[in-house]
Amino acid sequence: MKIRKALLLASVMTVVSATGVAADPARDAILGAYARQAASERGGFEGFSAARGERLYLGPHTGGNPQTPACATCHGPDPRAPGRHVKTGRPIEPMAVSANPRRFTDAADVEKRFARDCPNVLGRPCSAEEKGDFITFLTGR
Amino acid sequence: MRIRLPLLLFALAFGTASAEASELERVPPVAHAETAKECGECHMAFQPALLPAAGWTLVMDGLKEHFGENAELPRDTSAGIREYLTTRAGRTGDPRLMRITEQPWFVREHRHRQSVRQRPDIRSKTNCPACHPRAEAGIYEDD
Repeated sequence: MKIRKALLLASVMTVVSATGVAADPARDAILGAYARQAASERGGFEGFSAARGERLYLGPHTGGNPQTPACATCHGPDPRAPGRHVKTGRPIEPMAVSANPRRFTDAADVEKRFARDCPNVLGRPCSAEEKGDFITFLTGR
Repeated sequence: MRIRLPLLLFALAFGTASAEASELERVPPVAHAETAKECGECHMAFQPALLPAAGWTLVMDGLKEHFGENAELPRDTSAGIREYLTTRAGRTGDPRLMRITEQPWFVREHRHRQSVRQRPDIRSKTNCPACHPRAEAGIYEDD
């Protein structure tokens, strides 16, 4: 019994250290909703990928506003550090959940930012899969 | 008397201009949570007194193309912000201009050498706190 408990604890700790932060129910719910939407948008959807999220974050992309070819243009190449709005100079709180645990915990806010920033960077809206990849990447950083 | 009239007019005109500028050196800070949050994400949340009501109406009518960026808000959020900004708007300024930085009082108060403008931490004329550390509190007299 004691061994089982220890094993369980170890596996929980592995999950926590793998993602870098403890899970947040609100963030899980947001990711869950994007996963359901992604599955309905694309038949072969097999779950989110932090690696795809990182590529989306770092870009560079074409098609959007040439001043903002990547999320990293304003948020910075290291998402654990604060960013800076490229036009206004306004500081932006870190995107990485480890540095800013409130990230991706307000569904309406998350949708609002994707709705604005995807067109700014990509010149089109993001898919649910891209949104989930993005959050997965930053939750692990 | 003939000599003094132009002097008087000059003094009056000058007095009005500086009164307008000094009226804007201390303005009430933003005291509306949604305005502070939504407007303050990409730039400082500018105080309502910095634009006349008609200027704020132009800004709020054009959020979809807000100085080159999409800044759209849910309808009820944007209605609350519009109400807050227009009812507390400034008494001075050109109502046709929606850029605070193009208002005549702003231009007059910001005639700097080019070297000042190029300080890397400023980036934009809209970055008030770069030079006015208490700008968020509505205090601009300490430049």
